[in-house]
Amino acid sequence: MDLNKRYTAQSWPDHPETATLEGKNKFVGFWLLLAAETITFASLFATYLALRDRGPSGMEFSSSGLFELPLVFAMTMILLTSSLTSVYAIHHMKNHNFKAMQAWLGITVLLGLTFLGLEIYEFNHYVHLGFGYTNSAFSAAFYTLVGTHGAHVLFGLCWFIALMVRNSKRGLNMYNAPKFYLAALYWHFIDVVWVFIFTVVYLMGAIS
Amino acid sequence: MAHDTTEKIRSHAEHEFLKKRRSAEMRHQMTSFAIMIFLTLIAFTLVAAGFSTYLIVPIILLLAAVQVVLQLYHFMHLSNKGHGMVAFFMFSGIFVAFITVLALVTIVWW
Amino acid sequence: MSSLAQKKGVGAVIWDYMTTVDHKKIAILYLISGGFFFLIGGVEALLIRIQLMKAGNDFLSAGLYNEIITMHGTTMIFLASMPILLGFMNAIMPLQIGARDVAFPFLNSLGFWLFFFGGIFLNLSWFMGGAPDAGWTNYASLALASEGHGIDFYALGLTISGFGTLIGGINFLVTIINMRAPGMTYMRMPLFTWTTFVASALILLAFPPLTVGLFFMVFDRMFGANFFVVEMGGNTIIWEHLFWIFGHPEVYILILPAFGIFSEIFAIFSRKRLFGYTALVFATILIGFYGFMVWAHHMFTVGLGPTANAIFALATMIIAVPTGIKIFNWLLTIWGGSIKFSVPMVYAVAFIPSFVAGGVTGVMQAIAPLDYQLHDSYFIVAHFHYVIVGGVVLAILAGTHLYWPKMFGTMLSEKLGHITFWTFFIGFHMTFFIQHFLGLLGMPRRVYTFGADQGWDLFNAISSAGAAFMAIGVIVMLINIVITTVKNVRVGNDPWEDGRTLEWAIPSPPPFYNFAQTPLVRGLDTYWIEKMEGNKKGMVYAEPVGDIHMPNGSILPLIMSFGMFVASFGALYFQDDSKPWTLAVLIIGLAILFGAMLARSLKDDLGFYIKKEDLIEDAKRGGNTDGSK
Repeated sequence: MDLNKRYTAQSWPDHPETATLEGKNKFVGFWLLLAAETITFASLFATYLALRDRGPSGMEFSSSGLFELPLVFAMTMILLTSSLTSVYAIHHMKNHNFKAMQAWLGITVLLGLTFLGLEIYEFNHYVHLGFGYTNSAFSAAFYTLVGTHGAHVLFGLCWFIALMVRNSKRGLNMYNAPKFYLAALYWHFIDVVWVFIFTVVYLMGAIS
Repeated sequence: MAHDTTEKIRSHAEHEFLKKRRSAEMRHQMTSFAIMIFLTLIAFTLVAAGFSTYLIVPIILLLAAVQVVLQLYHFMHLSNKGHGMVAFFMFSGIFVAFITVLALVTIVWW
Repeated sequence: MSSLAQKKGVGAVIWDYMTTVDHKKIAILYLISGGFFFLIGGVEALLIRIQLMKAGNDFLSAGLYNEIITMHGTTMIFLASMPILLGFMNAIMPLQIGARDVAFPFLNSLGFWLFFFGGIFLNLSWFMGGAPDAGWTNYASLALASEGHGIDFYALGLTISGFGTLIGGINFLVTIINMRAPGMTYMRMPLFTWTTFVASALILLAFPPLTVGLFFMVFDRMFGANFFVVEMGGNTIIWEHLFWIFGHPEVYILILPAFGIFSEIFAIFSRKRLFGYTALVFATILIGFYGFMVWAHHMFTVGLGPTANAIFALATMIIAVPTGIKIFNWLLTIWGGSIKFSVPMVYAVAFIPSFVAGGVTGVMQAIAPLDYQLHDSYFIVAHFHYVIVGGVVLAILAGTHLYWPKMFGTMLSEKLGHITFWTFFIGFHMTFFIQHFLGLLGMPRRVYTFGADQGWDLFNAISSAGAAFMAIGVIVMLINIVITTVKNVRVGNDPWEDGRTLEWAIPSPPPFYNFAQTPLVRGLDTYWIEKMEGNKKGMVYAEPVGDIHMPNGSILPLIMSFGMFVASFGALYFQDDSKPWTLAVLIIGLAILFGAMLARSLKDDLGFYIKKEDLIEDAKRGGNTDGSK
């Protein structure tokens, strides 16, 4: 494959992410990985549900009193919006508009960083209340589930940034188009997981 | 390991058509996004309003499921052509995920 | 790359294997390291049998015995059986579907090195303060109480090698989905490819719960979490569920490729098309599907309640149906065939009664009330050794004979092969058949000794004698391999003369690009079809000779795996106050890992092309070259 081959909007394939065999392989392989990730998170959710509000006798924390719903609402809105901005980025990738794609990815990264900052603030807040990781089975399950999601956000951000920096000079080609597409897929998946986290952990926690 | 694709240059009309189709698709995505925001608002409002737990839990779980379907099928294009095999594996994953959660909320022996 | 064939020194060969991304060489690496761990696990088995040879034996102490049974089970499942089967999948599956390589050659290499370092890490526990001792199932209530670092070695080592296996599974799935040769529809794929496909799907779906469970174990033991600590609100049943949601599909991950190997053998050595190919395929898929709905039959005595036990008992019995379909199809493949009793076929024929015996005791245990009696007795030990040794290990030995010429270009001796078969087969039944009765007489598993007044002496002595026979069989096999390798008599494309699938249409061992021209597949058993039509070339081509694109080798997979290996030592000693360096080691290890990952992402790796002229020249020499890449 020639990296220096220049495409125009008119010669750019309709589905650049699956136009080469390598792209197709990455595409299928990545979706399979997402299927495995679904089960990973399901195991974490299942454990959280089994261990929710369980702790040493006399534990003062419970999911109904602990969580800061306004903060969670803000985080949810930010992450949902970042999912839309990454859709815009891929829209421009398909139109072979590299600059617009980079710009939308930049916005996505900023939103993701804000989300991560809020999450760190949130965790810090709970720890200061005395709800540490080693506090109880409940705290371990909570931090592991939400923290694993946070680690995925962090990884997604690093991925976006690495792609943007690496390709800033050379623009879109058949080699990196699948990579941008998959990073965006990953970002949507992170959002899917968060939908369940805010529903199952925070909202169902608040009313239990 | 075929790397090269046979290059196909679209005619101007074809290109314009494709661009229009993509813009239309983008408007659909905006609609899905608006629905997602709306569903999220409903979920948070229900909890804030303090209805009965037995009413809220099934509703917010349903809302979450609708949002996930929107993400998977609109944002992630799971229904598009060439997604048959990956959709099969995704649903197998969801199936195993479901029985895992089911087991750990029902038959964990306390 | 002007000349494809070169003589190389030892150092260059080792470097070549360390950096290779060629699926055939990775297969050899899997076979060698899997075989090495198989020998270690075998020695552990012998130590167990020596200890149980007579009543009140003091050959091993109770603690050491616990470590040995734990490591025997863990090694045999995770580090021997599975890698060897992954080796066969790597070596044969891409050839069977007419592909030049797997979908992700780099990840293929990464998967191997992760498994390798995970296995080494786990076995280093012997020299660094004691091996894990909570059984291969590592139940949390035992594991959290275990002194020393044994359990930590288990949790971290299996996490690393588990990542490797998951990567391997995804790789095979994508290869089969995307890289089949023209005309190779799903319903024309050889059975071994089909079982690879389903087993890989099971790997994909079953390994995540194990990984999560192991992470909980790591966090509980090393970072102060309380998932399984009951007085802090934890629950040890969660470990059992997560382990068995993985553990039961794991059994099918092992047995399905074994079924695949035997399906190939029955067709080749009966010189007949597989009877009921379609039924075999759907039975394979059904077994994979049911595999996820039966895990709690390992937990009948936990006290999940009669409803749960009834559901899982019923689901378990249903699995016997697709398995029975397979058995009958194999029998009808042999029926009326022109049978040749070469070594692989002898194993295959012996496999049927052995495996059926294991299956029948399995259905017995599916009856929950009976399982209350059999649970944790030697009956269970006998049962799972009948399915795993009688199914998987026989398949591994048969597969080694069957595919040795394709992988190495030489034929293992038939005579020594038959000696191995008979000693191993007799030893196997001698060791394990009698254990059914030991179980019924009440002998518990995992207990290091027994009293002279319990009436188990004779049966245990017979069982131990059988283990010696198995050991002799394996030693003869090793001698066979050495003699064959030294003699180095090269064989042609189709050494068994009755090969049916594409791998037998190309040289043994194949050139590193496998197919100079991609084949066109015209039906099931494509090579057989071409042979019957008198096509001397063995295949029809789907494309003219042209440049072939191949991936570059890379040392990065080894470096990444080494990074995880180093980081694991940091995590392992994290809670020891006497070792202040742990955090630094953890960070250095992760830095190596992520540094290598970053290097991989930032550096473009576009592979290289083999020129058309080189291919033509290569074909003139017989196409039997060992490429340098």
